[in-house]
Amino acid sequence: MTDERTPQVTVTACPDGPLLVRGPATILDADGRPVPRRRATVALCRCGGTAVPPWCDGTHKVNGYRSGPEPQDGSLS
Amino acid sequence: MTTTSLPANPVPHPVPQPAPHALRPKTSASDAPHGPTGRMPAPAPRGPVSEALLGALRAGGPDDALLAPVTGALAQAGLEGPEAVEAVLSEDVQLALLVMYELHYRGVDGVDDAWEWHPGLLALRARVERPFEASLRARVPQPACEATDAAGVAERLFALAAQDDGPSLSRYVAKKADAEQARELLALKSVYQLKEADPHTWAIPRLSGAPKAALVEIQADEYGGGQAGRMHAELFARAMRGVGLEDCYGRYVDAVPAVSLVAVNTMSLLGLHRRLRGAIVGHLAAFEMTSSIPSRLYGNGFRRLGHDEGTTWYFDEHVEADAVHEQIAGRDLAGRLAEEEPGLRDDVLWGAAVCLAVEGDVAAWVLERWQRGASALRVPLAGA
Ligand code: FES
Repeated sequence: MTDERTPQVTVTACPDGPLLVRGPATILDADGRPVPRRRATVALCRCGGTAVPPWCDGTHKVNGYRSGPEPQDGSLS
Repeated sequence: MTTTSLPANPVPHPVPQPAPHALRPKTSASDAPHGPTGRMPAPAPRGPVSEALLGALRAGGPDDALLAPVTGALAQAGLEGPEAVEAVLSEDVQLALLVMYELHYRGVDGVDDAWEWHPGLLALRARVERPFEASLRARVPQPACEATDAAGVAERLFALAAQDDGPSLSRYVAKKADAEQARELLALKSVYQLKEADPHTWAIPRLSGAPKAALVEIQADEYGGGQAGRMHAELFARAMRGVGLEDCYGRYVDAVPAVSLVAVNTMSLLGLHRRLRGAIVGHLAAFEMTSSIPSRLYGNGFRRLGHDEGTTWYFDEHVEADAVHEQIAGRDLAGRLAEEEPGLRDDVLWGAAVCLAVEGDVAAWVLERWQRGASALRVPLAGA
């Protein structure tokens, strides 16, 4: 059972948009080095179009990115 | 004294104009009374209502007798009849409303804080707010929406923001604006941006549960995540200094036209009334949803003009921050609020549409003037 009092990491798949990461997750770059996080909640680009990787910069709204249907098992909110 | 080029006063009886603050030399932020924590300097009146109001508020502590001239000026301002929805948008009345709202923020120079909750003054404010809200309702139709769930309402909000066909000020700034226009942009935006996020913060105690947590999550980031120097209002002040403007709170109010005061007053109207909490939430969602991409363009424009990273930080920060905020605002804040309080859904959508409309009006005003080589301000910025 998870301890409710310990902050959990959650990743929210935003429809047609980024992955929203909350909680104490360490984001690593391709060489395994931590990417400095400048805010408590971050958005990871998943459309591939951002100019500030790995973060989302809103480009998904203008490049036609579609995330496709969500799984039906309720694992993503 | 420097000569000014004030536009024709739209009120029937022009009042003598004191030297506008925009042209009055001021000391630096560090030793001025109007530092980042200071009050708004008392603005120059723009007509009989704002003149009577500033005269009354600066004459002493709260007292009904002092308000008699304001009551008289309001009675002559055309705020009762069918013309009220136009009259309420005048330079004079919008400035008066800004001053009345400012009592809830940082206060106004020379005005006793006790005026804030004076019933007589609040009653006069309501006489302006009624036609003001009516004018917004006339200007902005209620957007239709089929969805009642958080995801569906968020999707509708993103669609509204995407359909917004207002003129693109950010694209103009990226490609064409000259150094003076870049300064004008910051002066114009400063009336709101030096108190960035504050009007939406009024909604926090009015919400509960998931929407409240979402709003606090956004606002905490707006306020720098606990580091004063990272507050968005502070980053904006830094950008102002970077282009040679003074960063004192309210410093350029006198230079800013009514259309821009309308945008700021709209936020205060929606933020200060609990019954309009859906609308202020929708306003924030639309604001965030139309920020990340324009912020990149603004940043590009300031870089093109040779400004350094400290000056463009404000815009660079908003590219990243608002890409996060728009998701939280759309889904967890506005979407969840509409889901949990179905009666607020239409207000949420209307608030978003209001944001797009009034901000679009500001952009249209500025572009129209810049494109014909005129200043977008009432008083061109002094000096270089
Ligand atoms: S997901 Fe937002 S820019 Fe790629």
